[in-house]
Amino acid sequence: MSEKFNEIPMAGNIVEPGNAEKYKTGGWRAEKPIHNPEACLWIKNGTCGRCWIFCPDMSVILTEKNGKYSYEFNYEYCKGCGICAAECPTQSIHMEKE
Amino acid sequence: MTISKDKIKIEGLTGDSAIAHALRQANLDVLAAYPITPQTIIVEDYQRFAADGEINAAVIPVESEHSAMSACVGASAVGGRVATASASAGLALMWEILYVAASMRMPIVFTVANRALSGPINIHNDHSDGMGMRDSGFIQLYCQSCQEAYDTTLMAFRLAEHHDILLPVMVGIDGFILSHNVERVEMLPDDEVEKFVGVRAPVDPLDPNNPLTMGPLALTDYYFEFKEQQDRAINRVPKVYKEVEAEFEKITGRKYGQFETYKTEDADIIIIAMSTMGGTAKVVADVLREKGEKVGVIRLKMFRPFPAEGIAKAVGNAKAVAIFEKAMSFGAAAHPLAMEVRTALYESKERPMILDFVVGLGGRDVPPTTFVEGIEKTKEYLKAGKAPKYETLGVRK
Amino acid sequence: MSMDFAKGITAFRWHGRGGQGVVTSNQMLGKAALAEGNYIQAFPEFGPERTGAPVRAFLRISKEPIQVYAQVYIPDVVVCIDPTLLEVLNPAEGLKTEGTLVLNTESDPKDIRDRFGFKGGKVVTVDASTIAMEVMGRPFYNMPTMAAAVSATGVVEIDTVIGEVLNRYPGKVGDLNKVAIERAVKEAQIG
Ligand code: SF4
Ligand code: SF4
Repeated sequence: MSEKFNEIPMAGNIVEPGNAEKYKTGGWRAEKPIHNPEACLWIKNGTCGRCWIFCPDMSVILTEKNGKYSYEFNYEYCKGCGICAAECPTQSIHMEKE
Repeated sequence: MTISKDKIKIEGLTGDSAIAHALRQANLDVLAAYPITPQTIIVEDYQRFAADGEINAAVIPVESEHSAMSACVGASAVGGRVATASASAGLALMWEILYVAASMRMPIVFTVANRALSGPINIHNDHSDGMGMRDSGFIQLYCQSCQEAYDTTLMAFRLAEHHDILLPVMVGIDGFILSHNVERVEMLPDDEVEKFVGVRAPVDPLDPNNPLTMGPLALTDYYFEFKEQQDRAINRVPKVYKEVEAEFEKITGRKYGQFETYKTEDADIIIIAMSTMGGTAKVVADVLREKGEKVGVIRLKMFRPFPAEGIAKAVGNAKAVAIFEKAMSFGAAAHPLAMEVRTALYESKERPMILDFVVGLGGRDVPPTTFVEGIEKTKEYLKAGKAPKYETLGVRK
Repeated sequence: MSMDFAKGITAFRWHGRGGQGVVTSNQMLGKAALAEGNYIQAFPEFGPERTGAPVRAFLRISKEPIQVYAQVYIPDVVVCIDPTLLEVLNPAEGLKTEGTLVLNTESDPKDIRDRFGFKGGKVVTVDASTIAMEVMGRPFYNMPTMAAAVSATGVVEIDTVIGEVLNRYPGKVGDLNKVAIERAVKEAQIG
């Protein structure tokens, strides 16, 4: 952020596609989401996915392999906003201090 | 080498038609416009060229001027040569996107038949629309004749698209006074125009094979730096304009400069005016000089960037500068043109008396006698040693 | 203190009604002058054009580039193509003393001089309404009135005007206009 006016692209253009990936929002986190699979509908039968829909930073990773469903957070980008926890209909996510 | 006379077509064209022909010859990729009086003929003529298959450009008949300028920004972003036209209320509706076009550095040529702004609603000429957009970041060129409108439109593409500039250009003609006035216009052959305007070489256009993002957010951390870039770009205009005009002069023998001086060297009183008023002022200067009054004229063409140093030099040791302008900045210390001129002359060793005459609002005719009235007043004020900050002329009061 | 801001310029003022072709004939005469190597300005009195409303148009012709941009206040020639307008305006207003007044009217130049008190220059009358109706069967008074103005002032050759007319209206309309123009030149009274 120390670049001078002539060291940055013209007009604010972002000339490197997809460079948002380099910006790791995980560092913003004060609290982290913790998933409890017991009541989770995704784990149970591959439904719901509300946390995945609402996460603003695409940090909920839902995967399916041979009919088995697994769940994880990408903590590199999860910024700890708690939206997933608030939206979960089965209270399967809770927030913990970092 | 100037183009031989037999290849030049002389036609009687209105200012609007002259611009439409220039746009036809400039090989646009896109024209997106919404018709509004008194610019209508530009779009009508251009649409006819398109319907007759004389041009390959995509003509986008948008639903509003906001969309017109937006479509132009989009087309310019992918690297096209783009133009539009508007006036008055239409121009006002573009407002937001004027700033976007300039700050995104889109070299759009925007021809304007300058017209008063409401209210009361009025279709006639003054410069409130042009002066209103003066801070948008557009380069502004105001023309005196239909020939100049044609020439300037062609040059505008070279100026806008130059890699040291990359800014939109407004080309202004006085609504009705020029837009609907048939004058003698020398048109260059198509192939010569093609050679002169060339093909736009875009810098980092939108391209799926080479993705990039345009117009993102820039807050406290970067916004100011982009404004610095923009400011530097517009200040490079005089140099590039000079080069472009020199090239144009080579083929046509015509040039206009950022401003034109007429009998200013020994003048006691110098009139400063823009557009068609500059022409009338020159005729007035001739007549007054026959009576022994040393009057000269500066006819300003380039309002943005404002050629402050050049104007100060041209004014020299004149005793008074009488500005005639067709716009008001309500409540301002001086009106737009006078504000610039006063600033330009502040550092002069012998500051002349500066008179600001606001005339011609809403198309009120500005005949030679209005200038004479202003000059008479100027002489009185010089004698008295003081003058009002500004004054309206030609209004019933 | 008289000041001449129109040196070397021949200036016309036209009167007519919206839809009668004032703007067109003004432009056509201008283009004829252009074709003869002149500089011109041909412009209407600007406004939303409404059929039947009185309209004016102006023309300047000069050997030199024209730089004055304003309405014509002291014309050399006034042309009025609608006889009914003579009830509501004085066509000689502002006309130079040595100027030319050209009217579409059944009256003769003497009547007109008496009526409008115009003593100088020339008065040219032509019954353009009758000519238009007889030749074209429609009230296109503008071309025959213009023809009278051209022949009386000699500002351009009548053939140049006919050329412009044929150019703009190829085919029958142009041919009929040509007949009307030629007849008007013959029938115009100058006094
Ligand atoms: S806390 Fe916020 S960012 Fe992290 S996974 Fe939940 S919704 Fe996404
Ligand atoms: S919202 Fe809750 S129940 Fe639904 S998938 Fe996410 S964690 Fe499982």
